Amino acid sequence: MASKRGEAKVRVERTPAEPDLASSVPWYRLMVLTRRFEDEAERAFRRGKIGGYLHLYSGQEAVAAGFLAAIRADDIFFTAYRDHAHAIFRGTPPEAVMAELFGKQTGVAKGKGGSMHLFDVPRGFYGGYGIVGAHIPLATGAAYALRYQGTDRICLCFLGDGAMNSGSFHEPVNMAAVWGQDGMCPIVYIVENNKYAMGTSVDRSTVVTHLASKFGLHGIENEQVDGQDFLTVRRAAERIVARVRATGRPYAIEAITYRLVGHGAADLFQPYRNKGEVEEWKQRDPIQILERELHRAGVLDDAQVAAIHKEAEEKVAAAIKYAEESPEPPPEELPRDVSAQG
Amino acid sequence: MAQVLTYRDALRATLMEEMDRNPAVVLLGEDIGVYQGTFRITADFLTRFGPKRVIDTPISELGFVGAAVGMAMLGLRPVVEVMTWNFSLLAADQILNNAAKLRYFSGGQVNVPLVIRGPNGAGVQLSAQHSQSLEALYAHFPGLWVVAPATPADARGLLLTALRGKDPVVFLENAALYGAKGEVQDGAAAIPFGQAEIMRRGHDVTIISYSRMVHLALVAAEQLAQQGIEAEVINLRTLRPLDRETLIRSVRRTHRAVVVQEQWRPFGAAAEIAAVIYEGAFDLLDAPVERVTGADVPMPYARNLELLALPHERDIVAAVQRTLYRQ
Repeated sequence: MASKRGEAKVRVERTPAEPDLASSVPWYRLMVLTRRFEDEAERAFRRGKIGGYLHLYSGQEAVAAGFLAAIRADDIFFTAYRDHAHAIFRGTPPEAVMAELFGKQTGVAKGKGGSMHLFDVPRGFYGGYGIVGAHIPLATGAAYALRYQGTDRICLCFLGDGAMNSGSFHEPVNMAAVWGQDGMCPIVYIVENNKYAMGTSVDRSTVVTHLASKFGLHGIENEQVDGQDFLTVRRAAERIVARVRATGRPYAIEAITYRLVGHGAADLFQPYRNKGEVEEWKQRDPIQILERELHRAGVLDDAQVAAIHKEAEEKVAAAIKYAEESPEPPPEELPRDVSAQG
Repeated sequence: MAQVLTYRDALRATLMEEMDRNPAVVLLGEDIGVYQGTFRITADFLTRFGPKRVIDTPISELGFVGAAVGMAMLGLRPVVEVMTWNFSLLAADQILNNAAKLRYFSGGQVNVPLVIRGPNGAGVQLSAQHSQSLEALYAHFPGLWVVAPATPADARGLLLTALRGKDPVVFLENAALYGAKGEVQDGAAAIPFGQAEIMRRGHDVTIISYSRMVHLALVAAEQLAQQGIEAEVINLRTLRPLDRETLIRSVRRTHRAVVVQEQWRPFGAAAEIAAVIYEGAFDLLDAPVERVTGADVPMPYARNLELLALPHERDIVAAVQRTLYRQ
């Protein structure tokens, strides 16, 4: 916390306090649920039930879970198109998310957005976005609005490593730093560095591979975190969120993580990486890491683990059934929602 | 009581009035505060409303237009000044892919009450990159309203509607009109989008235009009157929505139409308006719809070439004469 503005630092925060562990069990449950959700969504895609693009979060769960565990019910967040987990972690019913993927009337956006455009505004989820980096300015302006309205709410902006090479990263981040000087930009930028922008690795697209440090160039405090370890992410998130809420200044964190699945469901052959690398990262599966920690601390036993997995299977099966049986949007929906007036 | 105001002062006064009335209105843009605004629309606003409401931005069109979209999603009512619409191309993705579509792809969960305003069209010898008319580009996209006031009264009435609606509005001003004077009624009400104004009555031909070209059409109509031709002149005020009804009703009466635009001819606003006329008045037309447009070249710098590239009232007169087979 004593670091100067602009300096990057790596923090290791293990040995959490006991209450932290017990309160992490529901997050373990959500992570298991989400993994199952993604697996089943992919199967539904192969069956032709889901169209378009389908980007799965498997392997990266601890990042979104750790941060969403640290914010208040009235805080808000934005992310890109790998967004199913963010919705489910926040409490959006999995069946409404699945129905959206199936293009049904009962989906979160009435079947008009699909996988890349999940929204749950009553829960503070201001959207999934399909153009890489283009949601970063939105989140930045939203953070300004929260302060302008006199609240102490904050905004989280999840983004991928690939987004950081776009102009839509540098422009708003620079503005956030300027606005932060007056305490007018309570935002946390959370880089989900999963090593690849589609098939282009970080080191093939930038020389500065310490991505957190790029925020430092704009005068924003930043750090890296092990994105596979939920407890570490959560503790960092709690500290950062409290600080941003108090100061109204932006902060950035780069979570080092890995996507265990392809870029999208159509990325079958993954010529940009070898199987050995994927296998290596499977040893650092965030769900297993958290499971081990909770097990060791005695807040989770084998029977509970089995029950949680069974419950996830049932919930996702119910979500698939609900999505399949839901009606398509009626033709009258086509022109609705384009404009508020006329 | 009516007051004579310039187009600039009509915009300025309306903006100020709404900011006094509604604390959710904030302004963003380059040099709108300390510098007082490139075209002085926001002169003295910083002193009056403070830096939290009058935000001088870095030169980051993508960044500040996008940030304004985010503010609008959270319930503020941002008004972005683009120094000229040419620079909006740097923010095109934010306008076209976010502002215009957010409401739809969220299934109606968010509104984007955003106004983006600034001068559109040619100036004087500003050359190729600073002289563009982008109305057809923006009017192509569902989810945006596209407004192009021709008079101080339009400027006030349309800005009021823009500032009180719930949708993103592309508000196209014209630098050559900022000093133009006109009557504005005290406390004048908002002008709803999609209501064209008939600026001059006539029965021989309908001249349809918007923004600065309306004034050329009025000059041309004067000249035509001296030849015994009575032209009806329609000021569209908004391109999206387009007041199809007023257009069609007029052309069904005059049987002839000339559409005037400053922008390039291919795929321009005039092509759309001509199609609307063909769809609604084909059986009553006595001549093909004529288009008067800018030349199909990037804007040249040399003044003589620039004048050749822009529509002139004599072009309108000639087009009207063609519809009457008088050439």
